[in-house]
Amino acid sequence: MADARTTKVARGSRLSRAQRANLHGYLLSAPSYLAITLVILIPFCAVVVFAFADFRLIDIPQLNLGNIEWSLGNMRDALGSGAFWGALGTTVAYAVFTTIGVIGGGVIVALAMRKRFRGQNVVRALFLVPYVLPVIAGATIWRTMLNPQYGIINAFGMQVLGWEAPIAFLTTKSFDVAGVGIPLALIVVILFEIWKSAPFTFLFVTARLQNVPAELEDAAAIDGANARQRLTHIVLPQLRTVVMVLLLLRFIWSFQNFNDIYLLTQGAGGTEVMAVKVFKELTVRADVGSAAAYGLCMTAILIVFGILWALANRRKEAM
Amino acid sequence: MSTSVRRESGGVKALRASIIIITLVLSIGPVLYGIVLSVRPFAAVLNDPLNLFPAPSELDFSAYADALRSTADGGYGLGGFLVNSLILAVGTVLASILVSILGAYATARIRFSGRSVGNAIIVAVYMFPGVVLAVPLFVLLSRAGLTGTLVGLVVVYVALTVPVSLYMLRNYFIALPSSIEDAALIDGCSLMGVIWRIVLPIALPGIAATAMYMFMIAWNEYLYALLFLVQSRELWTAPLGIAQLTEFDTPVTILLAGSIVVTIPVVVLFIFAQRLLISGLASGAEK
Repeated sequence: MADARTTKVARGSRLSRAQRANLHGYLLSAPSYLAITLVILIPFCAVVVFAFADFRLIDIPQLNLGNIEWSLGNMRDALGSGAFWGALGTTVAYAVFTTIGVIGGGVIVALAMRKRFRGQNVVRALFLVPYVLPVIAGATIWRTMLNPQYGIINAFGMQVLGWEAPIAFLTTKSFDVAGVGIPLALIVVILFEIWKSAPFTFLFVTARLQNVPAELEDAAAIDGANARQRLTHIVLPQLRTVVMVLLLLRFIWSFQNFNDIYLLTQGAGGTEVMAVKVFKELTVRADVGSAAAYGLCMTAILIVFGILWALANRRKEAM
Repeated sequence: MSTSVRRESGGVKALRASIIIITLVLSIGPVLYGIVLSVRPFAAVLNDPLNLFPAPSELDFSAYADALRSTADGGYGLGGFLVNSLILAVGTVLASILVSILGAYATARIRFSGRSVGNAIIVAVYMFPGVVLAVPLFVLLSRAGLTGTLVGLVVVYVALTVPVSLYMLRNYFIALPSSIEDAALIDGCSLMGVIWRIVLPIALPGIAATAMYMFMIAWNEYLYALLFLVQSRELWTAPLGIAQLTEFDTPVTILLAGSIVVTIPVVVLFIFAQRLLISGLASGAEK
């Protein structure tokens, strides 16, 4: 090892500048790529193998690339089951509504906070509390607030609003409101995610708003533009780029979210999103092939979404 | 002042104020609720859930002591879980930062071939769903006999945090003026010497911010901890411990006390890192 290094250094002195730059670049980034290859790239290849191989958990020690029986069975079972499409529908609904809520909420609050006032920095720091709070703490507090026996929401509802019975917010799949069933538990996990992640968007949008030149707005005001016109024609267009980036990131994160949903409901009450489904296929049913097939489909959908987003963005920029 | 040109109607002002007040209540209300409940006796919470202003005589901090004490002493063992979480998070941060400082310096400063392909791979890797990787990691780590150890989990956490850490540090490094580094290299300083003596001290605030973010990721992580550690109770992390205790009939005051305690390291880190950030900025300005 020491020998190899000294010869490399000795040879290094005779290398051209470009060759030396390459060597240094590779040596310095090697540990990063090693970690990513070991824990992300190789395992991802393994997911592909698992998704298309026919074997059971006990066969794994004997498994090698030579004796794999390739099969479309896992994929066929996944795509042919109602559970898959149900989980996909739940995931899409969850991702779309949290993304809208998180970005919409962040933008609205950032706009409301534009004008300076005393104590603004303190208020801004307090807005970030749900984002900084560990997920387990946030989820525990919400579970407590929504508890049917001693939760403040149900206590308030029954003692003040006159509800006849407590509502099991985290386990009710469909709740009847004036004859219409609403997906109660799903709405709760969506609201939780908006509560927890909107501060992140708020922070980004605030940073962008501080760079909107004041002269533009002043000029428009002198030309007689009212507050609404200045907002829609000057301020909001400036936010387009940051909102587009947040849209992509938030959708991807919401789409693959596991922790927040599992900690609140464990997938009960119609909140079984794809990530929870993959986890349950792996642990409850011990079906590695099925879990891999679900996971691979999930990744494929994300890749397609990413490509569509990139294309849509490129077209807009060309216009 | 420019604001004199832009007048606001009373309606807009009222709208602004109400948005700010509602947001404030929504952001800190639940946390205050959690704190209040954690210092009330469980029986009092059951009897009168709406009483949010407990009398001073009613204050009861025993939930904290019970939550933290080890199970051998009749507690819920959260103190031990916190130690596990701390080992895991600190280990992850140190390893991840060390690895990504080298990698980020390479991509920020050294023009080597394949650099942009490498950057693209890292961004793409960041988008992989964690639960998808859980499937093979669960299989591979159990084959390697690394489930039920904190080491296996540190390796996984490092790989999961390195892409973000690389990306953040690279941006900090690019923003630094490279002239001092070039001068040192010409004077015969080695590449590692430049990174250690010049880049690290100047980039310290950026590194602190990145480290803080990595700590929060490792501190919050739940999925892999659940997959790899659920069988070995003595190795549970704090989030895993609280989540597992929720499954049993643990009094809610204990769970809330635990949740508040889990939040403390993050708050302390924020205060500490903020000071480091400001001192870093100040020392930069003196030069």
